Amino acid sequence: MLRFFLRRFVVAVLVALTVLTFAFLLTRLSGDLAISIAGPNASQADIDTIRQVYGLNRPLWVQFFDWLGRAVQGDFGESYFFRDRVSKLIGERIPITMSLGLTGLAIALVVGLPLGILAAVREGSWVDRAVSLVALIGQAMPSFWLGLILMIVFGLKLGWLPISGTGSWEHYVMPGVVLAFSAIPSLTRLTRSGMIEVLASDYIRTARAKGLTRFSILVKHGFRNAAIPVVSITAVQLGFMLGGSVVIETVFALHGVGFLAWESISKNDFPVVQAVVLVLALLYIGLTLLADLLNAVLDPRLRT
Amino acid sequence: MTALLEVQDLRVTIGSTAAVRGTSLAVDKGETHCLVGESGCGKSISALSIMGLLPKGSVRETRALRFAGEEIGGHGEREMEHLRGNRMAMIFQEPMTSLNPAYTVGSQMTEVLRRHRPVTRAAAVDRAAELLARVGITAPGLRLGQFPHQLSGGLRQRVMIAMALMCDPELLIADEPTTALDVTVQAQILRLLAELQKDLGLGILLITHDLGIVARVADRVSVMYAGEVVESAPTAELFAAPEHPYTRGLLTCVPVPGKVKRDEPLGSIPGVVPRMQPGFTGCAFRDRCPEVTAACSGSFPRRTIGNDHQFLCTLEPGWVGSAAA
Repeated sequence: MLRFFLRRFVVAVLVALTVLTFAFLLTRLSGDLAISIAGPNASQADIDTIRQVYGLNRPLWVQFFDWLGRAVQGDFGESYFFRDRVSKLIGERIPITMSLGLTGLAIALVVGLPLGILAAVREGSWVDRAVSLVALIGQAMPSFWLGLILMIVFGLKLGWLPISGTGSWEHYVMPGVVLAFSAIPSLTRLTRSGMIEVLASDYIRTARAKGLTRFSILVKHGFRNAAIPVVSITAVQLGFMLGGSVVIETVFALHGVGFLAWESISKNDFPVVQAVVLVLALLYIGLTLLADLLNAVLDPRLRT
Repeated sequence: MTALLEVQDLRVTIGSTAAVRGTSLAVDKGETHCLVGESGCGKSISALSIMGLLPKGSVRETRALRFAGEEIGGHGEREMEHLRGNRMAMIFQEPMTSLNPAYTVGSQMTEVLRRHRPVTRAAAVDRAAELLARVGITAPGLRLGQFPHQLSGGLRQRVMIAMALMCDPELLIADEPTTALDVTVQAQILRLLAELQKDLGLGILLITHDLGIVARVADRVSVMYAGEVVESAPTAELFAAPEHPYTRGLLTCVPVPGKVKRDEPLGSIPGVVPRMQPGFTGCAFRDRCPEVTAACSGSFPRRTIGNDHQFLCTLEPGWVGSAAA
């Protein structure tokens, strides 16, 4: 188990280093940073000064290792636009994005898994087809549109929920539901197909021959085995939710990391962009590692 | 004395196929009843239907399905749950895949006892260890903590047997328990079943297509063909005086040292088991039978020889085949 963990950990670190390098290089490829910071009316002298101040006149590899050395210590430099520490900017916004992501994930799991199990148990029936239809609709519905509809119905007409901002837990309900909608279809489908396969297996027949309860057969013997691919996809989904919630954060005016990334990209605020990419990538890598470990807990055959 | 298990006129339809067409059989306490026949003739489906484990979309009908004197044909899922694993247990052909890969041997064994008896975890673990030792597994304590993938096929089948015995069942249905195992392990498992039967008074319904196994362990044999029992007799009598052309055909397929001459081809039955439609009349074996006559297409009664040898054929008992004459 320990060896398994160490091996996965080393791989994760290597991936993280690769991502770091790409995050750095990609921002440099997007044009001359000094020119875009200086703005359209700047003189050549201004641009030279900016190069000097930000150290952009140094060789690329010196800049890279300088940035890397600081990044490892949690220092991502200063934002050009916000005139603030990047680490502070991100630190302020991570809790918002995390709350949103975890709310979305929780809703997606609570809805998606039982739906998938139900569809598998009633394979081929109208229940199964209804679930497929819901999944299809969920997949096809644009999240900004769903967000707006929810705001109109529950926020404006019924007045049950606040439509924007981050003051209380109620603020996360609607964005959480919208975010969950994007994850539910794949979770449901994967749970369904996994369960159908597992329920046809010999050890389920054994469990039935032992006279176990229906619940024990479905959940303890069935879902436990069907959950392995679901855990992997859930980690990926949570990664998407944390990194890709730009649209939802914008619609609901949640100033999270996604919103920050979008702002910084449009303003060429490259220290922030680099740092956001890095933080999200690290979260993603961490989640994948967590999924691997969970799978090893679920499936003893993987622990070698 | 009432039989431990009594099945009368069992019929199973799966989709448009009549998988079992009027099987009747009985197993007494302490008796081994073998159900033989080629693949696809309804042996496993018969066994699964007794346990109430038929796949979705199958329909079961019986005139009587009695277990220990009680009619269980009308039992719902709840009532069957309390019998299964408890008073009637089943082991399967596929030891490699019949255990859940996610749980330890110990957890899977104790689970069935704790489901049916109010015992503590510790007591269940003791019982599991005792039974693993009983089925010839050394270091039961170690095995209890292991996962199925850490065990060989033979060990897994022993675990399955031990698990089936956790609640001290009266009836054990074994569906080709040794088919997937190599010959030495096969012999060990069969010896084990025989010993357990003697010690515990188990009634065993053993499904196999191996007549060598039948000869060694069965008290009584029922030969199935295309979903019905075509001949049933005490083992010695069946081997000495088989009546149904299909039984005779099966027996010529088995080499007997000293009886079959070297280089002489073994017998075989041309053709395969047909897929039966509901509403079929006459003998299902007639297309493959060397003794076929016009009467085989009609319906005809089951014949009885002595007091417990029955067969389903138009031929007179003790007939002499045209080919053999």
